[in-house]
Amino acid sequence: MSDHFLPRAAMRGKSVWVFVLPASVLLCLLGVPLAALVWRTAASDFMPSVFAPAAFDAMRLSLLTSAATMVVAIVCGTPLAYGLARWRFRGRAVIELLVDLPIVLPPAVAGLALLMAFGRRGVLGPLLGGAGINLPFTTAAVVLAQTFVAAPFYVRAARIGFHGVDAQLEEAAYTEGANQWQVFRYVMLPQAGRALLSGAIMCWARALGEFGATILFAGNMPGRTQTMPLAIYLGLERNLGVALALSAMLLAVSVVLLALVRSLENR
Amino acid sequence: MPHSARRSGRAFHESAPCHAEAHWAEAFPRPEQGVLTASTRSLPSLLSLLFSLLSLLAACAAPPAPQSAGLPTAATPRTLTVFAASSLLDAFTDLGKAYEAAHPGVTVAFNFDGSASLRAQFEQGAVADVFASANQKEMDTVAAAGLVVSGAAKPFASNVLVVILPADNPGNVQTLADLARPGLRLTLAAEVVPVGSYSRQALEKLNARYGASFKEGVLANVVSDESNVKQIVAKVNLGEADAGIVYATDARAALTLITLAIPAEYNVTARYPMAALSAAPNPTLAADFVAFVLSPAGQTTLQKWGFLPVTP
Repeated sequence: MSDHFLPRAAMRGKSVWVFVLPASVLLCLLGVPLAALVWRTAASDFMPSVFAPAAFDAMRLSLLTSAATMVVAIVCGTPLAYGLARWRFRGRAVIELLVDLPIVLPPAVAGLALLMAFGRRGVLGPLLGGAGINLPFTTAAVVLAQTFVAAPFYVRAARIGFHGVDAQLEEAAYTEGANQWQVFRYVMLPQAGRALLSGAIMCWARALGEFGATILFAGNMPGRTQTMPLAIYLGLERNLGVALALSAMLLAVSVVLLALVRSLENR
Repeated sequence: MPHSARRSGRAFHESAPCHAEAHWAEAFPRPEQGVLTASTRSLPSLLSLLFSLLSLLAACAAPPAPQSAGLPTAATPRTLTVFAASSLLDAFTDLGKAYEAAHPGVTVAFNFDGSASLRAQFEQGAVADVFASANQKEMDTVAAAGLVVSGAAKPFASNVLVVILPADNPGNVQTLADLARPGLRLTLAAEVVPVGSYSRQALEKLNARYGASFKEGVLANVVSDESNVKQIVAKVNLGEADAGIVYATDARAALTLITLAIPAEYNVTARYPMAALSAAPNPTLAADFVAFVLSPAGQTTLQKWGFLPVTP
């Protein structure tokens, strides 16, 4: 797939402004707030805010929970994506829909749904309670909320990655007597590796930014359920400096992650 | 002025699709005509497109017009914007309806949130006519920023704290002492929220009755620092939390909950001040609304919802 660009001649003349002006409006809308955030952060007393206990707790918790989310997504999502890409079975379309749904579902809906399912009064609440498991307001609830919202990004990317592997390679491996696991391990994984990695990074980035589902399902407790986005939200009332520092940090992380994904996809 | 602007915005909004369609046809000629030949005509089309886009944006950004906008009414329709502490939700909604009934053409729009959130919104440039806070501190901060004439705020109600429990009392809380029992799941407001700060003050006082480590024990049971009092009610109502500390008025508004009183000697009285903002778009209306809340009729409504009169 090669990129198709118009010749330079087409970029001259008045008509070009039909494209440039509206595009600039959107670009300003996207760029100015981020530049302002960086500007205000740089102007504020940045360093003490970064090392404030509230900021540090939130960072630690965000790293921990989003890493756990990524592990869950990879461990459970890879087989799911493989099955969706390589097997034909009844109900596959429904499963694909279910997996893709959280990508467009408002996170607040996800949070309420999780509460209705795993909350103490939720559908599975009594069952979990009987086993001595109480999910809401725990760090596990944060991971659950993040997984619900972010894992689909990994599964989707992995499915497309597996789907793109040349079927002839796979057939050749089967002809050589490889079993399903060997084909997966020695043909599919190396071939789709880049897609899996970029999917995992997107999943991690989304988990890192999760807010709506977390605050509804996990509440807001510094050190236990208050991730960086929640600390930013409450920081606005308590300490703008901490909110700015955390925001700038998430912005920087997002830029790096996106650059990583781009370089993986372009290679 | 805002009304005429809004109406013209609406008009452009409505006509935008047909304008755009006509001009798109010009801007995108058939391939055989070539791209460059159309370029001379594209500038006006682009401008009108951009203009309709901007007016669409303006129409979206304008606050929703009251239903009576455009219809001939005796009084000019006006919207009074009131930022009020979450705990005032039920009482102020009532007061707003009464005020609207007494003042045809006036719509009272409320923004209920934790007083600290409201203060932060003011600091970020939110425009309102009236601010009703659940504590003096947030009012003072807003006044210090020059958004309220300092000293203009008037106390209009007071409130006390109670402990609320879900109807089936899953944590088996019988007395206040049980709040410190390890494993109990308690929700409080964050310390920056007025009710959160009052709650911690009350717990401090309760140390005198239940021992010096009582407050510490209770705080260790907190599972979530909520950003406003209604979030606490919601979490307890859902049964996700075993207990929460809220205002007596919130407990009264949530009929299904069990209420555990905090004895007066350990309780904390919340005093609510309110004021018109210096930059209020409707200054006369704002002052009038404050007077209405302080009037006997306003006070009766507040007390109906469980608020206490202001003690001198």
